[in-house]
Amino acid sequence: MLRYAATRLVAGVPTLVLVSVFIFSLIHITPGDPAILLAGDNATPAQVEAIRARLKLDLPLWQQFGLWFLDALRLDLGSSVYSGKPVTELIMQRIEPTLVLGLTTILLTILIAIPLGAYAAWRVNTFVDRLAMGFAVIGFSVPVFVIGYVLLYVFAVKWRLFPVQGYKPLSEGMFAALHSVTLPATALALVFAALIARVTRAAVLDVLGENYIRTTRAKGLSAPRILFIHALKSAGVPVVTVVGIGFATLIGGVVVTESVFNIPGIGRLTVDAITRRDYPVIQGVILFFSAALILINLLVDLTYALIDPRVRG
Amino acid sequence: MIAEPAAPPPANCPRRRHATMEALASALREPWTLLCLLLLAGFLFVAFFAGMVAGDPLAINPAQRLKPPSAQFPWGTDHLGRDVFARAMHGTRMSLAVGASVALLSAIPGVAIGIFAAMSRLGGALVMRIIDAMMAIPAVLLAVALAALLQPGLTTIIIAITIPEIPRMVRLVRAVVLSVRQQPYVDAAIASGTRGPTLVFRHILPNTLAPVIVQGTYAAASAIIAAALLSFLGVGTPPDLPNWGGMMADARRYFQQDPMLMAYPGMLLSVLVLITNILGDRLSDALDPRKSTRKI
Repeated sequence: MLRYAATRLVAGVPTLVLVSVFIFSLIHITPGDPAILLAGDNATPAQVEAIRARLKLDLPLWQQFGLWFLDALRLDLGSSVYSGKPVTELIMQRIEPTLVLGLTTILLTILIAIPLGAYAAWRVNTFVDRLAMGFAVIGFSVPVFVIGYVLLYVFAVKWRLFPVQGYKPLSEGMFAALHSVTLPATALALVFAALIARVTRAAVLDVLGENYIRTTRAKGLSAPRILFIHALKSAGVPVVTVVGIGFATLIGGVVVTESVFNIPGIGRLTVDAITRRDYPVIQGVILFFSAALILINLLVDLTYALIDPRVRG
Repeated sequence: MIAEPAAPPPANCPRRRHATMEALASALREPWTLLCLLLLAGFLFVAFFAGMVAGDPLAINPAQRLKPPSAQFPWGTDHLGRDVFARAMHGTRMSLAVGASVALLSAIPGVAIGIFAAMSRLGGALVMRIIDAMMAIPAVLLAVALAALLQPGLTTIIIAITIPEIPRMVRLVRAVVLSVRQQPYVDAAIASGTRGPTLVFRHILPNTLAPVIVQGTYAAASAIIAAALLSFLGVGTPPDLPNWGGMMADARRYFQQDPMLMAYPGMLLSVLVLITNILGDRLSDALDPRKSTRKI
């Protein structure tokens, strides 16, 4: 198992290197001179040159990449051109709200999606099944910012149960923090849960035809026991795969949701950096999210090996 | 759904195509599919004739700011006194244009690269590494960054959304081609001397079409969301192009007093994406013979 984990970890390294090449070229190949942009309209040529030298934009492209990459290996992602603070520090300052939001979302998603999908499969082709799957199609069709505003209107503006915007840090207490992320996490979870409920239903449906499930029915086990103990164990692999794929969507969703609900997380940092053309921050944040995604996919692969011994061999 | 007694296929018509047409025709008889198609036709009509069904979406009238619905402005006016109904109707254009273009533009390179990745051993491995790396960058982030870095405009939005969409298509096509290559008829074609382009165009490409069409429909749906999102975040969209995401962004500041400003574009956006996704599901059921038998 450990050996398998190590091989997978090593296989992630070239991907990460390629990703950093992409992110770097993305910003440096697209038209427009960052130095002129940053200097503003009234800058003298000397000021533009100074900015260019400070950002090392006067070096050949491959040298710029080499310098940036070596620094990134030391976790130095450069400094924001806007605030002058190191990008790593900016990310660390903003990581808490994003993590709380993300973890709450995943928890909510699993609580909604797995039972819903499994139950729809159990009652396949009935009204309940159609209702659940109808909800699923709606869930991933309505954009997360639309769901976000619907929830805001009903629960924050009309009923005043939740704050309209903002985030309470964990230092103000667990409850305050969870209360402040309930609406955004629900908006995100509805989208994510729709996807996972569909796959859970399909996977459980495949398994329910198997002989060993008939045996459990013959033994007279209860529906929840058959579904959650026996069926979901085999149906787990496709479900875990989609949870993994869904993370990419989730990261995109976090960026949007943080903007809608005004949560000062990494998503907001990204949007702010993009509107200000703060190149080092844009590069750093995209690299951070991509590394997180690669790490999550690694965990997903390891989970396969954990639930399906055949993968290890 | 009642199964029609299958007519015997005409002698000159290949059996497979006949079965596909039959499946599509039976999908068409479902009321939900019909409703979705009708709605889509409605959106298309509005997109083409927006100028005739609604007024000027760009006319600013500061005296008429944030007015409630009236005979002149059926959905009221926004913070600049612009006609919300006209803006919403004209906004259909951008959504449909982006959805259709992204589906088409991601399918063409997706199919080409996917077939290459499946047919060439060494080149394929290399291509798939690059595709894996591209997929490691969250699609929304990549689209937002690309849109922000290029010149604002419809082309920029389409490019920014298409690029992150291509890897998904490549993976799908590669998987389909890998499984088609295992089929006896491909072996038979190779054994009887079919090589290169003939093998690809006659035997492999036609089999990728059904899954690519389905994936293209889903790609269109997610592209419509992505385009609205870019405009909502204020990147890539020129100010003189009315669109639903931009309307929602404008409505944010007045959300508590006038939630309908947010609701109109949000509703149109959700309905369009919903019907596209439902049609994708129906197509997928109709075009995948395994699925339709498993259903019974």
